[in-house]
Amino acid sequence: MSPEDGSNLLESDAASVSFKETELTLGLPGESRGLALIEKTGGKRGFSETVDLNLGRSSTVDSDHKKYSGESETDVQNMAKPPAAKAQVVGWPPVRAYRKNAMKGCKYVKVAVDGAPYLRKVDLEMYNSYQQLLNALQDMFSCSNFTIRNYLNERAVTNQEVNNGVEYVPIYEDKDGDWMMLGDVPWKMFVESCKRLRLMKSSEAIGFAPRTPSKCSSSN
Amino acid sequence: MNYFPDEVLEHIFDFVTSQRDRNSVSQVCKPWYKIESSSRQKVFVGNCYAISPERVIERFPGLKSITLKGKPHFADFNLVPPDWGGFVYPWIEAFARNNMGLEELKLKRMIISDECLELISRSFANFKSLVLVSCEGFSTDGLAAIASNCSFLRELDLQENDVEDHRGHWLSCFPDTCTSLVSLNFACLKGDVNLAALERLVARSPNLRSLRLNHAVPLDILQKILMRAPHLVDLGVGSYVHDPDSETYNKLVTALQKCKSVRSLSGFLEAAPQCLSAFHLICPNLTSLNLSYAPGIHGTELRKLIRHCRKLQRLWILDCIGDEGLEVVASTCKDLQEIRVFPSDPFVGNAAVTEVGLVALSSGCPKLHSILYFCQQMTNAALITVAKNCPNFTRFRLCILDPTKPDAVTNQPLDEGFGAIVHSCKGLRRLSMSGRLTDKVFLYIGMYAEQLEMISIAFAGDTDKGMQYLLNGCKKLRKLEIRDCPFGNAALLMDVGKYETMRSLWMSSCNVTLGGCKSLAKKMPMLNVEIINETDQMDISADDRQKAEKMFLYRTLAGRRKDAPEFVWTL
Repeated sequence: MSPEDGSNLLESDAASVSFKETELTLGLPGESRGLALIEKTGGKRGFSETVDLNLGRSSTVDSDHKKYSGESETDVQNMAKPPAAKAQVVGWPPVRAYRKNAMKGCKYVKVAVDGAPYLRKVDLEMYNSYQQLLNALQDMFSCSNFTIRNYLNERAVTNQEVNNGVEYVPIYEDKDGDWMMLGDVPWKMFVESCKRLRLMKSSEAIGFAPRTPSKCSSSN
Repeated sequence: MNYFPDEVLEHIFDFVTSQRDRNSVSQVCKPWYKIESSSRQKVFVGNCYAISPERVIERFPGLKSITLKGKPHFADFNLVPPDWGGFVYPWIEAFARNNMGLEELKLKRMIISDECLELISRSFANFKSLVLVSCEGFSTDGLAAIASNCSFLRELDLQENDVEDHRGHWLSCFPDTCTSLVSLNFACLKGDVNLAALERLVARSPNLRSLRLNHAVPLDILQKILMRAPHLVDLGVGSYVHDPDSETYNKLVTALQKCKSVRSLSGFLEAAPQCLSAFHLICPNLTSLNLSYAPGIHGTELRKLIRHCRKLQRLWILDCIGDEGLEVVASTCKDLQEIRVFPSDPFVGNAAVTEVGLVALSSGCPKLHSILYFCQQMTNAALITVAKNCPNFTRFRLCILDPTKPDAVTNQPLDEGFGAIVHSCKGLRRLSMSGRLTDKVFLYIGMYAEQLEMISIAFAGDTDKGMQYLLNGCKKLRKLEIRDCPFGNAALLMDVGKYETMRSLWMSSCNVTLGGCKSLAKKMPMLNVEIINETDQMDISADDRQKAEKMFLYRTLAGRRKDAPEFVWTL
């Protein structure tokens, strides 16, 4: 049992997962669904290359993203953009700092693993670094024989035993609805902006195969 | 004229408990003033800078219990720099020096240091109760001093404080001889606590009726504690993550079955919703439920829980309950008097409740008189309906997460809606508004809100007239706080005498200028007019036409305060 056991909530399968996925929210259409076709400037390493190639293929996560294949980049970008009102006004909404911090501390995000029927939840506040998080994820899914491709450590990438079970690439969805690779932004910033995690099968992440190590080494 | 000896009068005055009434009593005549003042034990000071501790001590030598409030309310929302003030040390030092028999201390939005806590613990032999709300400046070391030295401590209640945590030894500092605890609330502490010491403390506190744990107290300890304290009336559950099939869970169920007195429930700081059915046992008797720190409890589990709470009078909840959940509340909790719906994502602002939930509450809960509601949107029609359904509101606070959003259906300002509220709720004492609002709403408030004492305004109004309607109309106004409104000097200076009838006025990001504030300060020597200057450019001799970004004024008998930091100018 991993030490972080207490913080991991096991979610039962299809019923609750699909409810959450289909739940109507007050967000804009297109927000938090599927892989967004976005090319962002400003330091974020997007996932656009692989998204291009993945569209139209059946995916274990969202069939919704097929909807966006025909849309222009700007359309999707606008849809996934949070409304302007969310720009931070000092002291608004009028919530006590204590309460804001208490809620912030509860940073549970769902972790979806391609091919697994369960969602798990992790509390990102429990960890201080990407490495700790990856270790915990590894522990959590230790029943399946797999390795998480670790882009943070160049050496680990080259030494990784790809033969040992299935290999996964950890990606996360940020506040703007973009799917990003772990490791680009400072840890705290990641915790703030991460909405959910996905362990995507390496085979699907075409743009990040070992034969193109240049992508791994680029970091801002 | 006195027909009764002093002792008889004093005995009669004992039955007059509210401070306002005692103030009235003391103004009848000089003898009554003397007797009332010498016998008053409980004092409330709404602004710690309004009067000096020496003066309080002089007037009320028999003082045993004091409540002090420090920073302005908007300090809660980061609008006031941290070292603005509100230090309690001078008060404690004065009480200690004058050998006051202090027994109870309640502080809100004040700064209290470990040294101060140590001083309290050593200076007042009969000290019984410490309640700290939204305070800061201390650590668990200060708590250790209180625990060690206050032999007759009954109450240690820490609500939403920012406490520096030096880990859990403070609980072990309660001596074995301390058996007097009635109320212990440490839910806001971030660190670990000595669980064995906690268990022993509970075991030797037969009078313990209120216990609120922090996140570091796990389920198996909770179960043991409940077995030792079945007479608890108020329970704050700490961490609540567990596998529902285990033995500990079953023990918890057994323990909860014995807790027939629990009327108030809170906490669930980390909750696994599958396990909540254990608490269905105590829900039928609950009058107060606070799940506003439990984002893990939502959806069906939450609704199931609520359906068991037929006697609920007070509910604090997160907006993930949704309009649907509020409809369950409305149909289940017929005795509901107070509800607070907080945003579950205060950083992003995607509230899950709308006017639908509010209307449901108003029609289902006829006793509702106090509400705080963070929502996505509102309509005039809804507010008008609410006003009709619930004419008994005393506190009405509505916060639309987009602060200038108009009526979601008609796109009109929400003037008519809030106007209906103040017109219908004749006993309204506190009001907070948001959404698109013009001068008109202030006209309504001035006309109808006769009992209004406190009002908070943000991003509202068009001209000075708005503020003028307010100041002219609300005769009982005590606290007025305004941010980001187009009110300027004309409004500020219209009726300067008014501010002596009020506790305080806050204005930030409005149109009042330095010159206007100076003019006010000059006319009203009994007011402290403070400018909070957070930029480097401005200085006291600056152009009077420059806007005063943050102004806080309050009536005072103590003159300008001596502890003001550099960035606070008292004009």
